[in-house]
Parts: sequence; structure tokens; C-alpha cells
Amino acid sequence: MTYSYFPGCTLRTKGKELDQWGRAAAEVLGFALEEPENWQCCGAVYPMAKDEIATRLSSVRVLADAKAQGRELVTLCSACHHVIKRVNGDMQRDADICDKVNRYLKLDTPYAGETNVLHYLEVLRDRIGFDALKEKVVHPLTGVKIGAYYGCLLLRPGKEMGFDNPENPRILEDFIRAIGAEPVIYARRNECCGGYCTLENKSYATKQVDKIMDNAKAQGAQMLITACPLCMYNLKENATNGLDVKYFTELLAQALGVKEEAK
Amino acid sequence: MMETIRRISGVNPRKCMKCGKCTASCPAYDEMEFHPHQFVDMVETGRIEELMQSKGIYTCLSCFACVERCPRSVEPAKLIEAVRLAVLRQQNENHLTANDIAEKLDPELPQQAITSAFRKYRK
Ligand code: SF4
Ligand code: SF4
Repeated sequence: MTYSYFPGCTLRTKGKELDQWGRAAAEVLGFALEEPENWQCCGAVYPMAKDEIATRLSSVRVLADAKAQGRELVTLCSACHHVIKRVNGDMQRDADICDKVNRYLKLDTPYAGETNVLHYLEVLRDRIGFDALKEKVVHPLTGVKIGAYYGCLLLRPGKEMGFDNPENPRILEDFIRAIGAEPVIYARRNECCGGYCTLENKSYATKQVDKIMDNAKAQGAQMLITACPLCMYNLKENATNGLDVKYFTELLAQALGVKEEAK
Repeated sequence: MMETIRRISGVNPRKCMKCGKCTASCPAYDEMEFHPHQFVDMVETGRIEELMQSKGIYTCLSCFACVERCPRSVEPAKLIEAVRLAVLRQQNENHLTANDIAEKLDPELPQQAITSAFRKYRK
């Protein structure tokens, strides 16, 4: 199976590991990720204002490209996923936005949200299946207690993201089980890490991540996993006495036995 | 001004039933002088100027907890975004300039954070 794949800017730079191990694991799992030519930054935050068209264009370009290829679009960074998925929803449901975007882009065929957007984790759950993944694991992470850190962007708003139950998600826990480790459930796994506010005020982010870390530690987690480079930064750089944090793709590549070869 | 906020956000603050669930969910509670339920109420009653002067429009994390939990689908985060934009769209009202950002750069900071801050804090 071949998917269109939108890596986004951060996966080219600070978030390289998220991308690198995701690609290596995809090969073992038998799906191909093809980048469209000349993609542009998604903008990192969803434009909530109804009258903003320019900030929606880069998402629509990549969505329309996937449609032209006849493929589903896969994302890996939580923020890119959030932005592209919601803009796609606008193209399906908001006639005014859809009309203005199409007039601006002048595509050969108008785009109205036809492309299906999948996060990499959804490919694992809904296309590969966690049971099939489990069978491909050669180095299970037996005995490791891992806390899934969801954050905000993958889950909310639940109606638009349609990713998992936004209040009691399980996709990352099922992933953790599939790679042979033990999931640790803690209440703050879907609370905000402080996001971009760290830029102005690091102590604000510290306050948020310390609560998350304390909660995960109290429940017995030895490490956390995430799919978001900004969560990664806040959890790693702004926690007072935090646990180790890894991208979920790194553990996936490790479990599949491709982590060394891929380097 | 009230009309502008309603138009940008697409939100009807009159749907709010003042239950306070948004505020109870808000992780930015201590950093926002007007909490989400008050914010909605102040838009409804036309106290937009005060909201435009408040620092909470920059400390809302856009975490969407208020949007998720509101039983009336009011979407408070969209009102906060609209008020912030009403400020930023005025001339010379950027909250952060490129120079401010350069000063705050930490070598580990992901691009995503810088792009987000640019999108949220300047026009
Ligand atoms: S989006 Fe903003 S106002 Fe709403 S809960 Fe999050 S931080 Fe609070
Ligand atoms: S949760 Fe919704 S209905 Fe309740 S106070 Fe907040 S905005 Fe109003």
C-alpha cells in the first residue's frame, strides 16, 4: 500500500527521529510513504478564524495532490495532523471557506475534502492492525512501563479529529501492548504541555509538564512516548525532574529490529 | 466590535448556559484574568475592549479542552482567537516581533514552536 505522506518542517530538523524511525518501520510493515513534491509548512496551528483563507492553502494543496494521486494522506507530527485534518473538514463542511479556497487556488478539479487523512497511528490500528504488528515484533520491550502522552492535538476536538475517545483514549496504550511493553494509564495524559507559550514563558510550560510528569511517575511510568515535537520539547526541556521521553516511532523501530540498520 | 468577533469566530455566545465547564477544564486558569466562561459572557455583553487589553488572549494554550467539554458547543477558544486577531490586525499591534523571537530562541526549540508563535502573535 502506498500513501501520500506529509512530514512537515519540524520532522526535517529538530524532530528527525520521529520521521526517520517511522519510515524505517513502514518498510518492515509493508507500506510506502511518498512525499508530494514541493509541500509547504502547514502553519503549525489550525486557523480558527473563519475569514482566514491564506493560512489554509498549504494544507489544501497537499490534500488536493493526494486526491490527484488517488491516495490517502498520512501525517506523523501531531500538529500537522491536527491542522490538515481540520482544514480538510472545513473543505467538506464550510461552503464559504471551500469556495474561497478553490477560487484562490484555481485547481484543475475543485477540491472539496475528498482525501482521507490518516495519522500514522491510525495506519497501524486500522490498516495494519495491532495484532499483525505484534507478530512482526522481534525485540519486544518486555517489562518496560510506558506512559502514553497524547497531549491535545491528536484528540481534540473529538468530533473533528475522530481519532479516538478524547477523554479516555486507548490507541497509544494498544500500541504499547503490541510492542510488548506495559502501558501505564495516568489522568493527565491528555492535558496540555504548555505548547507554544514556552516561547514567551518557560516557567508556564514547566508548571504544566511538572503536573503531567508527577502524575505519570506516581502511576509507575518509567518513560513517556509522544507523537509531537513540541510536546517532546516541553516534556524534555521544561520538566523539573522528568522521565525519559521518546517518539513512539523510535520504540516501534526498535521492536521491529530496524533501529540500528536505519541509522 | 461585537459583530466583528462573531464574524471572525463564527461563534454565538448566546448559546452559553453559564455552566462553567470550560473554565473547570482550562489548564491556563491561573494565567488568564478572564476565565473562559467569563470571556464568553463578556463577548455577549459587549465588553470587548477589556478583553482586547487582557493578557489572557496570549496565554490561552489553544488546547481545545473548553471546546471539547462545552455541552452547548460554544467553542470558547474560537472567541479568544477572534479577540486576539482583532488586536493583531490593527496596525503595529504585533505581540511579538521577529527580534523578540530571535532573543528567545533556544537551540532545542522545534520549528513548530516558532511557527506557532508567529501565527498566534503577529500578523
Ligand atoms: S483552549 Fe484556551 S481557554 Fe480553552 S481550555 Fe485551553 S487554554 Fe483554556
Ligand atoms: S462550557 Fe460552554 S455552556 Fe458552559 S460556561 Fe463554558 S461556554 Fe458556556
